[in-house]
Amino acid sequence: MEESEKYQLDEKGSSRRKFLRNSGVAAGGVVVGSVLGGLIGFGGEKQQHEPATEPEHVAPAANPNAALMFFTPDQYQTTVAATERIFPADENGPGAADLNVAIYIDHQLASPWGINAKDYMLGAFYKAEATQQEQIRILRKDLFLLGLKGLDDYSTKKFDSKFTSLNAEQQDEVLTDFESGDYKLSGLSSSIFFELLRMLTIEGAYADPMYGGNKNMEGWAMRKFPGSRMNYNNEVVSKEFIELEPESLQSHMGH
Amino acid sequence: MSTKLPKVPAVIVGMGWAGGIIASELTKAGIKVVGIERGKERTTNDYLMGHDELRFQHRTELMQDLSKETITHRNHPNMRALPMRSYGTFIVGDGVGGAGSHWNGQTYRFLPYDFEIKSLTEEKYGANKLGSEYTLQDWGITYDEIEPYYDTFEKMAGISGETVEMYGHRSNPYPTGPMVKTPTFELFEEATKKLGYHPYMLPSANLSENYTNPDGISRSACQYCAFCENFGCEYGAKADPVVTVIPVAKETGNLDLRTHSNVTRILNDGTKATGVVYVNTITGEEFEQPADVVIVTSYVFNNVRLLLNSNLGTPYNPETGEGSIGKNYCYQVSAGATTLFYEDKEFNNYAGAGALGIEIPDFAGDNFDHSDVNFIHGSGIRMTQYGNRPIAINQVPSGTSSWGSEFKKQSIKYANSTLQVKSQGASMPHKDNYLDLDPEYKDAYGMPLLRMTYDYTEQDKELVKYMSKVTRKIAEEIGADHYETTEEQAAFNVNVDTNTHNTGGVIMGVDPKTSAVNSYLQMWEAENVFVIGASAFPHNSSFNPTGTIGALSYRASEGIIKYLKDGGGSLV
Repeated sequence: MEESEKYQLDEKGSSRRKFLRNSGVAAGGVVVGSVLGGLIGFGGEKQQHEPATEPEHVAPAANPNAALMFFTPDQYQTTVAATERIFPADENGPGAADLNVAIYIDHQLASPWGINAKDYMLGAFYKAEATQQEQIRILRKDLFLLGLKGLDDYSTKKFDSKFTSLNAEQQDEVLTDFESGDYKLSGLSSSIFFELLRMLTIEGAYADPMYGGNKNMEGWAMRKFPGSRMNYNNEVVSKEFIELEPESLQSHMGH
Repeated sequence: MSTKLPKVPAVIVGMGWAGGIIASELTKAGIKVVGIERGKERTTNDYLMGHDELRFQHRTELMQDLSKETITHRNHPNMRALPMRSYGTFIVGDGVGGAGSHWNGQTYRFLPYDFEIKSLTEEKYGANKLGSEYTLQDWGITYDEIEPYYDTFEKMAGISGETVEMYGHRSNPYPTGPMVKTPTFELFEEATKKLGYHPYMLPSANLSENYTNPDGISRSACQYCAFCENFGCEYGAKADPVVTVIPVAKETGNLDLRTHSNVTRILNDGTKATGVVYVNTITGEEFEQPADVVIVTSYVFNNVRLLLNSNLGTPYNPETGEGSIGKNYCYQVSAGATTLFYEDKEFNNYAGAGALGIEIPDFAGDNFDHSDVNFIHGSGIRMTQYGNRPIAINQVPSGTSSWGSEFKKQSIKYANSTLQVKSQGASMPHKDNYLDLDPEYKDAYGMPLLRMTYDYTEQDKELVKYMSKVTRKIAEEIGADHYETTEEQAAFNVNVDTNTHNTGGVIMGVDPKTSAVNSYLQMWEAENVFVIGASAFPHNSSFNPTGTIGALSYRASEGIIKYLKDGGGSLV
């Protein structure tokens, strides 16, 4: 019992450091102090470090949405690392890790969509021709976990290390191999998992923040997308580009 | 064991545009109507948290639940058809309003050429313009005959537009003026005029101004919020059965609307229907609803499937060409587009509306000479501004990886800096493109699924090649830093292609041997069954189908009312 807890703490510490390294937020030591925060620590860590004597700088409340309802912490860390390679932090702004894309994916896989509730799942699953949709019996939530395990297995085979322990170039190499579809996951081409991962990453960067990703609408802000406003009567006829503050669906509450 | 309900004069299966219009016209005429809808009841309240790209566009909230029913597809008769397990291109509506709730609102009329396509093509280009495997047919109605019904539909919906000289004659101008001309449309307008074409603003069901229709329904002008296609309009600016014909039918007190009710069979003796059987999708309870007239107004796919599963009409046989149910399934061709990339210009493309667009009529129908080309009919060449949503639209120059730092950089760089000149082309019927019942796959109620056998024809592919050159020419005239043109139409893939305009399967015509319904959409083989929708189109034009569905629905209403008053008989 004690041993396993100790093991978990070590894992947490090391994963957290990798998370910071992979996401680029640790650059220049800006948030090094937050390693003391929790494993996931979105928002909460800031709260702990804000000086209590400056009321004008009231820290934002911890985001209760940034918690796991599907992944184990390890699965979450692998997802953070993989999505950050799909949509990395750069001079435009935050990458998938800082946008909480992995939180978004966690929530989606826990939803009815994760168990293909609105998909046709009856009948025989024959091999599809090139012009037909892939016939996949495996549920999305299971496919994603198979893919995460596949990333670690393949990374171990190729680099003798788990996916989260690889450097960015190595992670890209693994993902490129997955995209090509050469690796098999329980008989399925790795490209099917890769496409799911890629699609969920884009969604997590740009879906309304109520779904857990697109943190503070920063995904939208990067591409000057104003979110879900009620009218664009002026903008639609303007010859000049008009950049608007994004608004989320929360602004529609009470209408 | 089903519960048998008291007989009614008319039962309607499906409460989208066709069902809503029929319900409205019949109930206004004092006829008691039962309207059966498999999905839920809907008002604009259901659209209030609707600006949600993920929920409505990518998780298809307003669409049919595929776990209960889907279609199967194969490209040709020698392939095994497989089910469409999740949505790709087709967006099949569900609930009161049907596809009329989630549509874009582009409301065209078909051309005079469309209704007499076989005769006019043969007259001008001879009998062998297309091979005999193309099952081209006249519609059994002329443009002049259908024109008044287009006019009625446009007035009910308040269509915003401008008269186009190169299209059919209009008895009245559009009830409301065209939508706003955006700065990018001015670029398209200038370029196409310079090339000698005749640009016009696309006819729109997203109101350009406040409007009160002949039924007394008032709606407000569109706000260009950019959430039309896949979404309901909480503002009521987009014409939708939910804000137009359904409330009118309800107001009469003659509509008994039953939601969460899925019709599985039409009861009949082979020549006449006696009613329908439906299942309450929540409780599983089964009911029998007897009626004098059965009006089938679900989506194209289910109209065909319901007839086949009920042994009504003669199924089409592709070997012999005999029979009509399932015949002449058509689609549209949307390849042939050119994308314009700009290095240092940004456009307000986050703003828009589903029917905000500009188009030229010069390459539609027989508006240009086809003597030297290997196809007939044509395309609408257009620029639209629906509003670029960020999950769906990530334009990057070809050769860019679909992920990683380069993808992120380029997709953000071009997020507001691309335009597109698109083409939407007509689809001609072919003997091997048809609908029948799948021999293996079943729906949640144990009934066979509909099987689609379809691929693009040589005619369609030739059309796309030609139109891609036109879009490229216009794009170059507009001017950009970089262009990309899709020149070829790839094989049909039910989950990849980008159009949801399905037509045919219960086609109209003059001859009971080659068509399923007459020009009132009354079945030749069962006079008290009317089958309404794009299923009646003998081919698909290049235009969006809803205007024509609306016109045919008004004409069918007239026929049904006459049929009930006369106590039966064929209407033609």
